[in-house]
Amino acid sequence: MSLEIIGTYATALFLLIGSGFALVAVLGLLKFNDSMTRLHAPTKVGTVGIGALLLASMTYSYASGAPSMHELLIMAFLFVTAPISANFIAKVNIHQRACETPPAPPRDDTWSTLNSPEDSQERSGSGAS
Amino acid sequence: MMSAPDLMSFALMVAFISLAVAQLMCMIRLVLGPNTGDRILALDTMVINALGLVILLGIHQGVRIYFEVSLLIAMLGFVSTVALARFILRGDIIE
Repeated sequence: MSLEIIGTYATALFLLIGSGFALVAVLGLLKFNDSMTRLHAPTKVGTVGIGALLLASMTYSYASGAPSMHELLIMAFLFVTAPISANFIAKVNIHQRACETPPAPPRDDTWSTLNSPEDSQERSGSGAS
Repeated sequence: MMSAPDLMSFALMVAFISLAVAQLMCMIRLVLGPNTGDRILALDTMVINALGLVILLGIHQGVRIYFEVSLLIAMLGFVSTVALARFILRGDIIE
């Protein structure tokens, strides 16, 4: 078995792993019944699913004789940005009270996402009067 | 046992079909989505699946140019997700 054939088998394996993850994640997005639970599943596609597809692309480029490492750039970018966007979506859920409000922080009266300007004005106004 | 090119084309077919099905199921969540967070999440997942489809197209046709396309899609997807979330959170994108 030559290296080329092993590379092609590895590409096929990575492709199957990546597509399986994408399918399972979207199944979770559809079937779960709570906003925060639904957030859990699709954040995995961004890292593992697309990571496996990019790995497949890289191994295939090596197996077909035109090696390239550019895909690592996309992988690094996705690994950095996926948690940030997930954090933002979780903050939107908390802000809109789509989930159970988390317990209050120890040294402040409320979470900053829930703190609206009108509220604090009212509070300071009633405190002054 | 299948030969390597056969297995490769089978895996590509499976990947194309499953990503297309994933895209359709995201659209269902986008329409159903009881609140805004779910809709933003569905759009974000759709961008990521589109990225996967572009990468698969690149493997299928053996063309290098799709790499730049997928990098651009990744950046646009992140920026649009953050912009949507900030708009919901603060009522303004750049304060």
